[in-house]
Amino acid sequence: MEKSDANKMLDDKQERYWKKNVRLISSLLAIWAIVGFGGGILFAEPLSNVSFFGVSVSYWIAQQGAILVFILLILTYAVRMDKLDKEYLEETKKEDKKTG
Amino acid sequence: MSVEAITITLVIITFAIYTGIGWWSRVRDTSNFYVAGQNVPTVANGAAIAADWMSAASFISMAGLVAFLGYDGTIYLMGWTGGYVLLALLLAPYLRKFGKFTVPDFIGDRFYSSNARAVAAIATIFISLTYISGQMRGVGIVFSRYLQVDIIVGVLIGMAIVGFFALLGGMKGVTWTQAIQYFVIIIAFLIPAFAISYQLTGNPVPQLALTGSDIVDRLGQIQVDLGMTEYMAPFTDLSLLNVFMITLALMAGTAGLPHVIVRFYTVKSVRAARWSAVWAIVFIALLYLTAPAVGAFAKYNLIDSIANKPIEEVENISWVEKWETTGLLQFDDKNGDGMVNFTGGEDNEVVIDGDIIVLSTPEVANLAPFIIALVAAGGLAAALSTASGLLITMTSAVSHDIYYRIFNKEASEKQRLRVGRITLLVALLIAAYVGINPPGFAGEVVALAFGLGAASLFPVILLGIFDKRMNKEGAIAGILTGLIFTLAMIGMILSQSIFGTDEAIIDSFFGINAQGVGVVGMVLNFIVSFIVSRNTAAPPVEIQQLIEEVRAPEVDDDSEIAAGKEE
Repeated sequence: MEKSDANKMLDDKQERYWKKNVRLISSLLAIWAIVGFGGGILFAEPLSNVSFFGVSVSYWIAQQGAILVFILLILTYAVRMDKLDKEYLEETKKEDKKTG
Repeated sequence: MSVEAITITLVIITFAIYTGIGWWSRVRDTSNFYVAGQNVPTVANGAAIAADWMSAASFISMAGLVAFLGYDGTIYLMGWTGGYVLLALLLAPYLRKFGKFTVPDFIGDRFYSSNARAVAAIATIFISLTYISGQMRGVGIVFSRYLQVDIIVGVLIGMAIVGFFALLGGMKGVTWTQAIQYFVIIIAFLIPAFAISYQLTGNPVPQLALTGSDIVDRLGQIQVDLGMTEYMAPFTDLSLLNVFMITLALMAGTAGLPHVIVRFYTVKSVRAARWSAVWAIVFIALLYLTAPAVGAFAKYNLIDSIANKPIEEVENISWVEKWETTGLLQFDDKNGDGMVNFTGGEDNEVVIDGDIIVLSTPEVANLAPFIIALVAAGGLAAALSTASGLLITMTSAVSHDIYYRIFNKEASEKQRLRVGRITLLVALLIAAYVGINPPGFAGEVVALAFGLGAASLFPVILLGIFDKRMNKEGAIAGILTGLIFTLAMIGMILSQSIFGTDEAIIDSFFGINAQGVGVVGMVLNFIVSFIVSRNTAAPPVEIQQLIEEVRAPEVDDDSEIAAGKEE
């Protein structure tokens, strides 16, 4: 819309959008690393003594639990980005009203 | 009807369906040419991505690998799904926003260089070739079992069929075929899993039976009794370092797979790319959450039906007999006692190829012939959907990215098509050769492709989006370092099977094996590209604007968000 000027870099609003996006990605990837590499691999040995429904908790994380978490991460990203898009759109509309 | 006859009938029926859908969607495409695939709902697109992604390795090899690796099988389970998180969060939305047709296109434009484009195209070809070899082997195994022919003949038949489908579906609009193939794959995987789960544990839901029953304990116990490793204990087959490295290599490699990334170009918006990713991971996880259960069940059944029984009796079992003729299952009565000693040590008398685990499971469990046939059809669907995606990717890398964009900018549509067809043929021949003389299981061959992807494409695509300062010098230096290092290491570690040397040139790279060494290549790629880019000129202003453009939200009054459309 207002971003038709090809020589313009990101405006403040877009800059904020990108920063929020990067922050969201970072926190989701932190969970990704902690669950997958932490629970499934690095702490596998200590956790293999903890029992979970008949199997060890690290075995369950490594073979099923991490995958469930991965689904949730991708779903959260899609939902949160929809929300971010909506916020951005509303902000743009408000500004349009002010200026126009 | 024999199992073989039912299988062949079912395979012919499913192939007829794929051909029919390919034809139907091709007809529709002529009326709206380039928007083909963009009217596809995100659910169907997700299923198509899942089919493209889940290869013969996921369907045929993975549960078998998990069955033999036990805990350490997590490298495949977490590696292949965890990489999808990287793809969905870090790459797919931005590549969609960028809106080019191929991965070398993105790299060539982002790094404003024909050389970068060429290097990316070469990496694409390398990765896809390695990957497709695994598919050919998978197809070969299925045919050799159900046509009762040698695996070489099986690979050749598979080659002819894959070539036929790639030529047919080479045009746009294969999405629907792949969506249908997904359902064949998942039904074929789940039905026998339900049946065996009920048989062994009394719980018909295999995903829950893994934890809710004592099957893993029982398996662990008989493995220990036979002198094998404890099933549930971590790092019995691979060191912690290797499990870590291979998992990471598979994750980053997955995110850098050109034929999967390309799928996100065909969706209609950035938002659709995000939601296609959600559907795809749900569809993929349906198989991946079942695989560890199938692996455990299959191993239990297998040990139960052959261990410590008279060899003569075992060899009379129908499925044993048929797999023995393929050469993938062998007995060697070392101590001459006439019994099958199935152990983890030197005295083991059973040589079993992990690739037959999933395919033989329904027979081992005495399920109906129809289910056995279904599994074969599913394995073929998995291999075919991935192979055609790979062939198209490779063909476009050669005919579009190298021939048309670099060597002959005047090339006509017809010339490009001819170059594409020749590429297809050459690629098929190489794939068949490697499929017949593989450096390991289908799953391991595929894992090498991931290592190469992790070391070459993943870092430059990521830096291309998130590091505005990254320039062409850095990208090219990085991609070459990663690719050459990883290829050299894999070549040296696997020199016995690749070059036929007497001994491996090196055992491992400081304890990291061939499958995990791609991570080292990836780290080197990041370091080299960072150093080189900071010591050379910043990218031109228009490129910096291009990156800004990719980062900006794709929102306006016409978008779905504005229309209040919910998924």
